[in-house]
Amino acid sequence: MSTTTFTPGKPEVTARTFTASLLGGVPVAAVISTVVLAFFVIAALAPRLLTGADPLAIDLGAALQAPSSDHWFGTDQSGRDLYTRVVYGTRESLLIGLGATGLAIGIAAVLGVTAGLGGRFADGLINRGLEVLFAFPVLLLAMLFVTIYGPSVTTQIVAVGLGTAPGYARMIRGQVLAVRNSGYVEAAHGLGHSRWQVLRQHVFPNAMRPLIAVVTLGVGQSIVWASGLAFLGLGVAPPSPEWGALLDAGRMFITKAWWLEVMPGLAIVALALAATSLGRHLQTKLEGSQP
Amino acid sequence: MTVLVEKPVSAPAASANRTLLAVHALNVSFAVGTGRHQKINHVVKNVSLELSAGRCLAIVGESGSGKSVTARTLVGLPGRNAIIEATRLEVANRNALTLSERLWRQVRGKDIGFILQDALVSLDPLRPVGKEIEEALRLHGWGNAASRRRKAIELLDSVGVPQPEMRSRQRPDELSGGLRQRALIASAIALDPALVIADEPTTALDVTVQAQVLDLLAAMKARGTGIILISHDLSVVSRLADDVAVMRGGAIVEQGPVREVLGNPQHEYTRALLDAVPSAHTKGTPLTKEGRSGIIATSDRARRVRAANAGPVLEARGLGKSYDGPDGVRRKVVHDVSFNLAAGETLGIVGESGSGKSTTAKLAPDTGEVLLDGQPWSSLSTSQRRPRRRRVTVVYQDPLSSFDPRWNAERILVDALDHRDFSTAQTRSNRVAELAGQVGLQVEHLEKHPLQLSGGQRQRLAIARALAPEPEVIVLDEAVSALDVSVQAQVLDLLTNLQAQLGLSYLFISHDLGVIHHMSDRVLVMKDGKAVEQGTADQIFNEPAHPYTQELLASLPRLEITENTTRSINA
Amino acid sequence: MSILETRETTLETDPDQASRPRRDRHIFTGLRSLGTRLLSAVGVIWAAATFTFLIQSLLPGDRATLLLNQLNGQIQERTAAELAPINEKYGFTDPLIVQYFRFLGDLATGNLGTSYQLHKPVIEVIGDQIAPTIVLTFTSLLIAWAICIVVIVGTAKRNRFFSSVASGLEALAAGLPQYWLGVILLVVFALNLGLFPVVGGTGIGGLLLPALTLGIPLAGFLGQVIRTEFESGMDQPFALTARMRGMGDTGVRLRHVLRHSVLPGITLSGWALGSLFSAAVIAESIFTRPGLGKVLVTAVNSRDLPVVCGIVILVAVIYVVANLLVDVAYTLIDPRLKTS
Repeated sequence: MSTTTFTPGKPEVTARTFTASLLGGVPVAAVISTVVLAFFVIAALAPRLLTGADPLAIDLGAALQAPSSDHWFGTDQSGRDLYTRVVYGTRESLLIGLGATGLAIGIAAVLGVTAGLGGRFADGLINRGLEVLFAFPVLLLAMLFVTIYGPSVTTQIVAVGLGTAPGYARMIRGQVLAVRNSGYVEAAHGLGHSRWQVLRQHVFPNAMRPLIAVVTLGVGQSIVWASGLAFLGLGVAPPSPEWGALLDAGRMFITKAWWLEVMPGLAIVALALAATSLGRHLQTKLEGSQP
Repeated sequence: MTVLVEKPVSAPAASANRTLLAVHALNVSFAVGTGRHQKINHVVKNVSLELSAGRCLAIVGESGSGKSVTARTLVGLPGRNAIIEATRLEVANRNALTLSERLWRQVRGKDIGFILQDALVSLDPLRPVGKEIEEALRLHGWGNAASRRRKAIELLDSVGVPQPEMRSRQRPDELSGGLRQRALIASAIALDPALVIADEPTTALDVTVQAQVLDLLAAMKARGTGIILISHDLSVVSRLADDVAVMRGGAIVEQGPVREVLGNPQHEYTRALLDAVPSAHTKGTPLTKEGRSGIIATSDRARRVRAANAGPVLEARGLGKSYDGPDGVRRKVVHDVSFNLAAGETLGIVGESGSGKSTTAKLAPDTGEVLLDGQPWSSLSTSQRRPRRRRVTVVYQDPLSSFDPRWNAERILVDALDHRDFSTAQTRSNRVAELAGQVGLQVEHLEKHPLQLSGGQRQRLAIARALAPEPEVIVLDEAVSALDVSVQAQVLDLLTNLQAQLGLSYLFISHDLGVIHHMSDRVLVMKDGKAVEQGTADQIFNEPAHPYTQELLASLPRLEITENTTRSINA
Repeated sequence: MSILETRETTLETDPDQASRPRRDRHIFTGLRSLGTRLLSAVGVIWAAATFTFLIQSLLPGDRATLLLNQLNGQIQERTAAELAPINEKYGFTDPLIVQYFRFLGDLATGNLGTSYQLHKPVIEVIGDQIAPTIVLTFTSLLIAWAICIVVIVGTAKRNRFFSSVASGLEALAAGLPQYWLGVILLVVFALNLGLFPVVGGTGIGGLLLPALTLGIPLAGFLGQVIRTEFESGMDQPFALTARMRGMGDTGVRLRHVLRHSVLPGITLSGWALGSLFSAAVIAESIFTRPGLGKVLVTAVNSRDLPVVCGIVILVAVIYVVANLLVDVAYTLIDPRLKTS
């Protein structure tokens, strides 16, 4: 009787996660995601630990070789080892992802919190503004930026950051409003706590809690957007082994050497999926501890 | 021992003694989890029931008693992963243990009608109610589209829906609570099933509407339909049922004719359940056994409080409140409500949903004013009121949402203390322990998060939080409405004791007339935002002056038992 | 015939009388909300257009110089004599506010300016290429809906194993970058299996792979939202009531729960249409399919700002129209919104 509302929640949460049902409640997906993300973090910080080769070493004799035990991801038109290039490209790709997400969340937090707490006028104004920003799809906004400022890492970060910010802003606003109108905030006011005290004790911590999960999800998505831009030839200049640039360089050889596209893409997909699934896991965990 | 004879039901119920339901030693359990973590929960244990045509069998119990699962098992829908065992399970003259899902579908709706609680969500909210009734007919191959349409309108008419043709084209949200519940009943009895199962059919309804729906069910019974009524409300049961089975923890603890079971209960639990129902004659006496043993005499402190305050603690003068509707139209929800609350007294505010009682209790009117100890209260600005806010605290209906989900019980209570009075960690933890003791929470509860506490424990925590600032007035806004009757009884006893001990004044808001009568010294009756009548509890309940109060009291189902009963009925 | 003699008492009849005036008010508020919606739609387009105007005119560097360099493919300082006819032609020397109103006036008559690169009106450049892109966008949307409805109705709340595999695949699909999926489809189905042409035309054969490229990730996105809603719908009391009157599982899914669960998917589709339209660039580029994609990439590379801005405005219009359609679809599916 004492746990009537608690127990039914539990199996529902586990039933919803894909992996839990496969292996009797163990969050395999979370474990795998963590391992994958750890791999990429090592690749970004110390690529030498993962490969002995030089990403720029040209070997024309070994040009355009398919994946093999020597070259796991194959080689490009100059005979450079693609696996090594992907490993060395991690740092820049990850920085783009983190930078864009950081920028987006920063802008979104300011807009969302102002809208959520600023009263009717500020809320209406920001809401209208967001509505307009939603009319610009991320990719198109990014292309507009490239047209004006030319392709560069900064352009990619700013464009993807601005493009994804409205979504986050709307989410944060909703969260702030929900917490602000919650029963426990009403109760805290009822106890005579000051406005600032209520904001600090209840509104900010509860409204920002889901953000941890969202940031994890967002980094993966940002890398996907940024590399999409690069794929269209609007990213960083080719000699750099950044993932998007690898995709761009490989497009010419698509009919001859599929691995030039598929392998760097695989890295992006692996990172994005690992980030997404870890983000999801965090989300369910956070929700599970909340009513 | 039992020979099962397949007797298809074709003609409507003719003989009154025909058996519609025979259940013997029914067990239902659920497998939870997978693999090594799998666990079997036994939800229904060894239940035996019988029902014949023209009679009503009630299954009463509190939440978790297994009554709803029992009812759903009778139509073959106990839920996922259910394991059903019985020596006999005969429903509408079919052996339910061997029915395939395909055969079950022929039985449901045709031989058995099922009525759920709240028609707003139990009928498809996106479709007109007429379509839902037609669907019930269509599924069993009844007539053609045009004749089904006519039949649906006829059915709505027969359950007492005025202008049935127009109503049939409306969706549940466009109908009033009573009308939509009638439409739900019409869809369940469309094919004139011999057996109707009603799972809490009146729980979401106001008392006046509840009375009408109960009359409708009684009329069906008189026509020969067998009814199984699932309810937590003993007074509803006593009004409609012939037989009753009391369930607790999945098993039947007592079973028999209503008069015997409710009039002369044999089992301890049935007696406790009956005693727990607050009403007229329970006034001034505890509702639980624990309450009786732990009764607290009015303390010196309480007496001092009462003596020191000759005037009212809280005074409301001509309160009015308006809200902007979603369509931009401003609606006045409270009109000119005035009342006084004396020290150590309970003022009950009673009314049906939408009567403005909770809005009144917010004590934040647009017009009129609220005085606390003769000083202005509602007219103060937020910051001026803040230092005095701790003198009026609130307990809400849904305590869970009033607690920050990140905090455990102890943190919640510490937060409610005035840190100037309790400046060290030691004094704070002493005070928290004292508060927990006052409301009957154990030390181990303090470490838990609200989500891990039971409903009753949560409400105790909410009361402890309301006590923390040592207020003069506590506003109890439907504070016991969501609780099971035995837990409600414990909380009501607790509130009574705290009042005697601390000399608190309560502003007690409830839709439940029994609870109001039990708790209140004086009562304010509200309807459509207006105070229609005000007086002492005895005056209001014994000599109601206003027609609305009279109607309310008349529709209130009471425990109508005459034999061997210690209870008297207040007519 | 009236079996049951109880009638609604006076208490219950009053909403009946109240319902007629309420109905008129609903029509009034309905019209008013339609009005505000149209107004805000125009507002969004106006704001998007203003944004592109500001970007074009406040850009670092002299606009006439930029234009002239574009025309000749050179980068150099220009003399005043060279710039004068350009400034004259485009009115760059006019005060900004005059240029702004001229821009708005042109916009209202469908004039989006002239391409720096192609020397043609932007509206013509877009008009020539828009048809295949629109076909691709809508085909992708249809494919996405078809996939996710079939998968969800088939798997949600059924067998635990299948439903978790399906929801895992949805998460996977939603995370797939379109360009990568496109490349894989191209390599597998066009290059290796030879089932489709490598260079896609505008025919049906050239449409399927690009549409799948855009549709599969969208199906994943839609599927995640719709599944959550569908699963909670299956637990709603009205689904239980339908079962209680003898309806089978498939009936409950298709006739009751599905309608409830598509609502958030519809909202998402409105937002997705603008995004799909711009993502079509990627699919068109992989499958060398004619359409706006090539125009856009060329324009971005050659810094042909009027064309890019023209497409931005066009996408804003598509977004706004899509969302008006979403509102209509929403009220058709959930009539409660009309009255509340």
